[in-house]
Amino acid sequence: MVLSAIDSASTVLAADAGWTILFTGDNLTRLLGGLWTSVSIAGLALVFGIPLGVVLGALRILRNPVLRAVLRLYLEFFRIIPTLVILFLFYYILPREMGVQVDGETIAVVAFGLWVAAEISDVVRGALISVPEHQIDAGKALGMNGLQLLWYVRLPQSINLMVPATINLAARVIMTTSLLLLISVIDVITVGQQIMEANRMAHPDSAFWVYGFVFLLYFIVCWPLAMIARALEKRAKERNNG
Amino acid sequence: MADSNNSVSNDEILLSVRHLKKSYGDHEVLRDISFDVPRGKVFVLLGPSGSGKSTLIRCLNGLETIQGGTISFKGEPIDGREKTWRRLRTEIGMVFQSYDLFPNLTVAQNILLGPTKVQKRPKDEVERQMDGLLADVQLSEYRDAYPRELSGGQKQRIAIVRALTMNPELMLFDEVTASLDPEMVREVLELMLGLAEHHMTMIVVTHEMEFARRVADTVLFLENGVILERQSGHDFFTHPETDRAKAFLESMAPISDGE
Repeated sequence: MVLSAIDSASTVLAADAGWTILFTGDNLTRLLGGLWTSVSIAGLALVFGIPLGVVLGALRILRNPVLRAVLRLYLEFFRIIPTLVILFLFYYILPREMGVQVDGETIAVVAFGLWVAAEISDVVRGALISVPEHQIDAGKALGMNGLQLLWYVRLPQSINLMVPATINLAARVIMTTSLLLLISVIDVITVGQQIMEANRMAHPDSAFWVYGFVFLLYFIVCWPLAMIARALEKRAKERNNG
Repeated sequence: MADSNNSVSNDEILLSVRHLKKSYGDHEVLRDISFDVPRGKVFVLLGPSGSGKSTLIRCLNGLETIQGGTISFKGEPIDGREKTWRRLRTEIGMVFQSYDLFPNLTVAQNILLGPTKVQKRPKDEVERQMDGLLADVQLSEYRDAYPRELSGGQKQRIAIVRALTMNPELMLFDEVTASLDPEMVREVLELMLGLAEHHMTMIVVTHEMEFARRVADTVLFLENGVILERQSGHDFFTHPETDRAKAFLESMAPISDGE
C-alpha cells in the first residue's frame, strides 16, 4: 500500500511535476507582477493613509468634543465593518451613486488609505497620550503652545511606540490585499487563479504549487516587517524601562 | 550665579493673589487665598500634605484653572485665558518635583528649547548665557549628556538652569527635592539659596525645614486650603502663632535621641 503510494507519487513528479508550471512561459513574471500590484497598492495606501492618520490622531487629543466624536466614529466605521464590505462599498456602490468611473486599483488605494488613516489615528492617539502629564506641564511651563507641545514634547517621546504598530499595520494591509481579486484587481492571487485554470487539465495538482508559491511570496514580504516591528517593540520597551 | 538682573527695589509687588478659590467638583482645595509677593522676596509655602500648597503654586502659572479670585502679575490682572498664561509663563519659571527634563534631548537642547523656540531669541546669545549658567552650577561637562546619564540632583539643577535661561522674573519651585536621594538634596538647595541671595523672587513649596528657615522672607502656613498663618521666616520657626503650626513644626522636627 504505502509503497505503491510513494510509487505513484514519484510517477506524477517524474511525469510532469506540478511545480514546473510556475516556470512555464511567463507565469513567474506574471505572478511577481501580481505581487507588485498588491504591494504597490498597499504602499500607496500607506503613503496617503499614514500622514492623514497622524493628523487625525493629533486632532483626537484635543478637547473639542464634536471633533472627538466625529473622528471616533470614523475610526469605528473602519474597524467594525469588514474590509471586504468596505471594498465592495467603494467599488460597487459609490461609483454608481456618484456616477464616477474609477478603476479597481484607485478604489483599492482610497479604501485602504482611509482604513490605514483610521487605524493610524488610533495608534498615534494612544502613543501621544502615553506621554506623562508632567512632561506636558514642563513644556507648558516653558511657554509652549499646543503645536510646540506636540512637536517638541509629545511626538518625539511617543514615536518609538508608533513605529512598531505602524509596521505591523503595513504587514496587515499587504495581507489584506488578497481581497483585491474580489474587485477585479489583477493581484497575485488573481494571477495564480488564472494560471491554475489554464492548467487544470495538464496539472490537476497545480493549486498546491501555485498557492504554495503565493504563500511564500507573502511570507517573504511580511515576515521581515514582523521581525523589524518586534525588534523595535523590544527596544522601545527597554528604553522605557531604562 | 550669572547676573539675574533683579534689582532689590522699593517694595514693588510682583505677584498678587486675591481671594483665590480652587475646587475640583464639590471639593474645595483652596479657599479665599490672598497674599502679595514683593519683587526680590522669597515666599515659602508650608503645610501638611493635602493642604493645597502644590495646587496653589500650580495655579500661579496657570497650570490649574481657578474658580474664583484674581491673580495679578506686575500689576496686570490675569484674565485666565490660556493665551495670556502662555505669554506669562515665559516670565514665570517653574521647576517640578519629578525630573521634567525631556529625556530625548541633551542637556543643552533641553535648555535651549524654550529660549530659542518659544522666546525666539538668537541661539548664540542663549548659548552664551547657558554656558555661563552651566559653569555656575558646575555642570559644564554635561552639556551634551542625556538626562538618563545624570543623577537626580544634577537633573534638578539642570531643570533650574533651564528655567533660568528664560530670564524669568519669578521662580516657582514645587517640592523640587522631594524625590531626591538625601545626599543630593543639598546641592539643589544650595543652588536655590544662591538664587535667593541674588534677589530672585521665589515661591517655594518644600518639606526641608532647615532650608525653609534659611531662605524664607515670608512663610505662608496652609491647612485645608486656607492660609492659617503668615509670618517672617524667622518668627514662624521660633514663635509659631497657631497650635496647628506648632504641631506641624513638631511633626517635622528631626528625631532626637530621647532626652
